[in-house]
Amino acid sequence: MTMAETYQTPDGRTIGGQVMEMKNITLRFGGVKAITDISFDIREGEIRAIIGPNGAGKSSMLNVMNGFYHPQEGEVWFHGKKRGPMKPHQIAKQGIARTFQNIALFSGMSTLDNIMTGRLTHMKTGILKQAMWWGPAEKEETENREVVEKVIDFLEIQSIRKTPVGRLPYGLQKRVELGRALAAEPKLLLLDEPMAGMNVEEKEDMSRFILDVNDEFGTTIALIEHDMGVVMDIADRVVVMDYGKKIGDGSPDEVRNNQDVIDAYLGVAHD
Amino acid sequence: MDPAHTLATFGKPWNGQLGGHSVTSGPTPTGELNTIPRLLARNASVYGDKPAYREKEFGIWQSWNWKQVADEINALALGLLDMGLAEGDHVAIIGRNRPYFYWAMVAVQSCGAVPVPLYRDAVAEEMAYVLDHCSARFVIAEDQEQVDKVLEVQESLNMLEQVIYLDPRGMRKYDRTKLHDYKEVQAKGRASGLQAELDARLATQDFDTTCVMLYTSGTTGRPKGVVLSNRNIVKSGQAASEFDNLNVDDRVLAYLPMAWVGDFIFTVGQGYWTGFCVACPESPETMQADLREIGPTYFFAPPRYFEGLLTNVMIRMEDASPMKQRMFKKYMDFAREVGPKLLDGKPVTFGERMKYALGNILVYGPLKNTLGLSRTRVGYTAGEAIGPEIFDFYRSLGINLKQLYGQTEASVFVTVQPDGEVRADTVGVPAPGVELKISETGEVFYRSPGAFVEYYKNPESTADTKDPEGWVATGDAGFIEKDSGHLRIIDRAKDVGKMADGSMFAPKYVENKLKFYPNILEAVVFGNNREKCCAFINIDLSSVGNWAERNNIAYSSYQELAGHPQVLATVQEHVEAVNKSVAEDEMLSGCQVHRFCILHKQLDADDGELTRTQKVRRRIIEDKFKDIIDALYDGSEKISTETEVTYEDGRKGSIKATLELRDAKVFPTAAQRIAAE
Repeated sequence: MTMAETYQTPDGRTIGGQVMEMKNITLRFGGVKAITDISFDIREGEIRAIIGPNGAGKSSMLNVMNGFYHPQEGEVWFHGKKRGPMKPHQIAKQGIARTFQNIALFSGMSTLDNIMTGRLTHMKTGILKQAMWWGPAEKEETENREVVEKVIDFLEIQSIRKTPVGRLPYGLQKRVELGRALAAEPKLLLLDEPMAGMNVEEKEDMSRFILDVNDEFGTTIALIEHDMGVVMDIADRVVVMDYGKKIGDGSPDEVRNNQDVIDAYLGVAHD
Repeated sequence: MDPAHTLATFGKPWNGQLGGHSVTSGPTPTGELNTIPRLLARNASVYGDKPAYREKEFGIWQSWNWKQVADEINALALGLLDMGLAEGDHVAIIGRNRPYFYWAMVAVQSCGAVPVPLYRDAVAEEMAYVLDHCSARFVIAEDQEQVDKVLEVQESLNMLEQVIYLDPRGMRKYDRTKLHDYKEVQAKGRASGLQAELDARLATQDFDTTCVMLYTSGTTGRPKGVVLSNRNIVKSGQAASEFDNLNVDDRVLAYLPMAWVGDFIFTVGQGYWTGFCVACPESPETMQADLREIGPTYFFAPPRYFEGLLTNVMIRMEDASPMKQRMFKKYMDFAREVGPKLLDGKPVTFGERMKYALGNILVYGPLKNTLGLSRTRVGYTAGEAIGPEIFDFYRSLGINLKQLYGQTEASVFVTVQPDGEVRADTVGVPAPGVELKISETGEVFYRSPGAFVEYYKNPESTADTKDPEGWVATGDAGFIEKDSGHLRIIDRAKDVGKMADGSMFAPKYVENKLKFYPNILEAVVFGNNREKCCAFINIDLSSVGNWAERNNIAYSSYQELAGHPQVLATVQEHVEAVNKSVAEDEMLSGCQVHRFCILHKQLDADDGELTRTQKVRRRIIEDKFKDIIDALYDGSEKISTETEVTYEDGRKGSIKATLELRDAKVFPTAAQRIAAE
């Protein structure tokens, strides 16, 4: 596929051109190869899933995408530009937000404050002005609060607005984390196992929110997930990794029928 | 928006002319305020700038004054006309308490159609029945969830034409031919130029026009559509508002289901009559926090709510510091003595007053604030019996909690408790304009301006319930206390039987009294056509288990704990206390429990002993435990029995037990005591 190409999803959405392209990424930790020569792209408005057995290198891939890890070989292209060596916060400013596999919230702070931290990249006034609640800082906070309140409304977490997140059940904490990522109004949203450790009902809720985010805001989403059922239901295209290598890439149906993928999941004898 | 246009009817200053009826001057021209839309017009002109609705959204309380509300409703009504809503059509409204749906109801009324609010948690099939029964052509639904349900059943409904939704989220890809956005409907209405037609329709409405149709929840059989006219709603709203001196500065929180008559009367009937402000919570889960922020002056909740709130308070007090616990206990004990007296205006010494004032600063005030009831002038509870301790707790805090008795068919109010005559065991005196009579069988009948017009498309049921003279059967058995004139409800009329000596047998009345004790989870009283009453008791495992733990009593199962002599003794005390209170009622003194046993198993819906809604199935229990009942009546002290049980995974087993049957002391009635002396 070239950059200009678009495609139609079975449910009638039009997926645009490339948002991000990973070219021949190889990532090593000392002598251990976490990712070996992987290439794939993410397109505007799609839900792209990365799946694979434990230790396949999925989270490492996500860390490469948001600039936390720097691959030894290969290139990351974002919005048609090759990305140089950047810090994660600079990448966040470019419009990439993420959630974490192990929840990384400020557990003593309220839901509202946690989601407010997602607005950090949009704040321009200095810390002093903000502390004094003075001049443009006041206006800025009001604007940011409005965005945050819309996120709270969207995720239906009004009832826990003032609750410290440490007191919330796991499923809700995951939702708050998604809220914080959404508050940044990202162009590309990276979700690291958004449904890990959830019960069926919580998974259904979370799937609903992911689809709604994609549908309402047109946000491009890349997610890592273990639950194959969920992935096959919500993803437009799927990358399958095993032992740091890409073994499949395509629509859920294509991937499901791919012999390498079946082997990786069901297990075959390794020579 | 074109304000000059939309305000043509609603916004113009009150000039005594409305819809072609001339009105003589006066502050409340009651003669002509005979429909809800006319009350709206009055409010828009008299209370134009006062808040009519508030709703918390995006973390902030948004508010609309009466002028704005009139404008919104007018726009929606015009939009509905534009879509072809005809007079007499039924419009189903499905959503949680939001101002938009309250407006929708009045907009529908303005068009001469009938709003039918539905329970939003109803499943699709239930919804289908109601939509089909009232042949709704239009549905106004909240969000994707409700729209999906409507679309699911649409196939089977011939009449359904248009669906209007409020929240577009998730419905981007839906077929739009039948779906309309609420705000777009309003916009189209504003541009429609149908004001003259709307005014003409408004002019033809009067007291006899149907105001609303509400479906009874239908615990028995299919739900029935109760048709209530403007007369029913407006008169009931007026009478009840005057009874409690409600005025335009009051405020309520609308959080009970919109399909329930109480919500309609409180927010629309009374709200439009007095012009007070109705606040809607942000979401059902934030209700408690929103309640606290709004601080309603007029508040209604079912007994369940007050019970839950009290339990929460008690649990949180147990976690409080010892100092706070001591303070709470000391002042609450004091408040229980003095608080209700203060509320009822009974004499209280100066010292007690001062101590209560201090308690108010230290305990009662902060507690009421936490509960969101600081400003509550009038609070009501109804629907089922409320435990006296719970009732007294709130009253001792200085919250004027009262009871009322009502039903959908009466536009809520049958009896209410006037200030100063509040008790846990009565439901009050007849509401203004209500006549009451008790039939020979003990059933309560009433006749009132609020009495419903008919059951929709169901003349047989209408005839069964309402006689030609206008007396409506409540289906409840009760009696009027001689001294106070208060009504007391005993039980459902069909459950009330007769003892062998002809006196009244009301099992539920006694069972409820027993169940008010936290140790007793369930009780079943037998005695129909018998000489004496006997009872089965189920203990509450959490409460009694807690007690056992504190007293180092080891037990391995419900059965073992239920047979413990100390538990038996405690329950016996409860039974005897209940007997004593039952003896005080001349009519019911025969229902005292002479013998009882604590059952060896918990009554369970899986075994068919309870309904799925946890109501006792008397007849089945009577058959199943026939041996125990016989033993209770033949005077034996012990019985060995074996009972089949169904485990949660569906397997069956049996429990063997030897039960101890105990005698309980019974008390003579007042008359018998006097005769004996």
